[in-house]
Amino acid sequence: MASGILGKKIGMTQIFSPEGRAIPVTVVEAGPCTVVQVKTPEVDGYEAIQLGFGEKRERLFNKPLKGHFAKAGLKPMKYLQEFPVEAGEQYEVGQVLKADIFKEGEYVDVVGTSKGKGFAGVIKRHNFNRAAMTHGSMYHRRTGSLNATDPARVFKGRRLPGRMGNERVTVQGLEVIKVDPERNVLLIKGSIPGNRGGLVRITKTVKRAKQK
Amino acid sequence: MNIIDVISKEHLRSDIPEFAPGDVVKVYVKVKEGNRERLQVFEGVVLRRSNGGLNETFTVRKISGGIGVERTFPIHSPMIDRIERVRQGKVRRAKLYYLRGLSGKAARIEERRED
Repeated sequence: MASGILGKKIGMTQIFSPEGRAIPVTVVEAGPCTVVQVKTPEVDGYEAIQLGFGEKRERLFNKPLKGHFAKAGLKPMKYLQEFPVEAGEQYEVGQVLKADIFKEGEYVDVVGTSKGKGFAGVIKRHNFNRAAMTHGSMYHRRTGSLNATDPARVFKGRRLPGRMGNERVTVQGLEVIKVDPERNVLLIKGSIPGNRGGLVRITKTVKRAKQK
Repeated sequence: MNIIDVISKEHLRSDIPEFAPGDVVKVYVKVKEGNRERLQVFEGVVLRRSNGGLNETFTVRKISGGIGVERTFPIHSPMIDRIERVRQGKVRRAKLYYLRGLSGKAARIEERRED
């Protein structure tokens, strides 16, 4: 089946395994995703499918996007993303992909947008150590030295305070604990990036699958 | 309805009796030894119940060989075979942490009688 799907993070809970262990899981509403475009080597130079997911008021789409969906004969969808196609697979425009493309026990990678933390200092942002809070120290959570004196400038890439979070984050090798095709829900072991309600991209893991 | 509630509902146990902090309970825990399974009883005072829904846990305290032992169980865990309430206690708070500092006669809890 397809290599990936788009979904919405619902939240976290825990379930019990048959051995009685409590497993932390993230609940993801995976799909339904519709194939909006099939890219072929002849036309596009590579093979891929474009999946659409989610609802948005029709008024909010611009004309080019509306045209793109009209060409496929579909209602406009909120998110559009491309997924690679595995060899020998056939897709048609309008085909619907659901959570059941994954099986229980399979390992997946999840891409999401992390929660924004605003302007954060180096301790929170780069895991620097804090200086003494007491004993006459007046240097608590500041950055520290920026460089040696000789170059007389600060090299690029120096870790400094700044905006943290709200960026694309990938978590690899998460186990699919449960697939619920009726409610179109995946239970993925552990946490995944982003707020509740955020868009996540779930693909088969690129890492060698762990031994069970 | 919230999807998380629906999912956790499948895992909730309905066979758990009512009990509250201050009660003395017997918890029958399934213990796996190799491929044999047997039941182990843990009897003591319920110190607290915390969290809610599927995440709810309770802590039981007993004095074993002169040493206080506390064990926390997820209330909906399949490892719990059953829970028996031995005695209802009369207490005025939800978390009985003060019992940790007491021993012997002072750590007794008055029994609640329904009348």
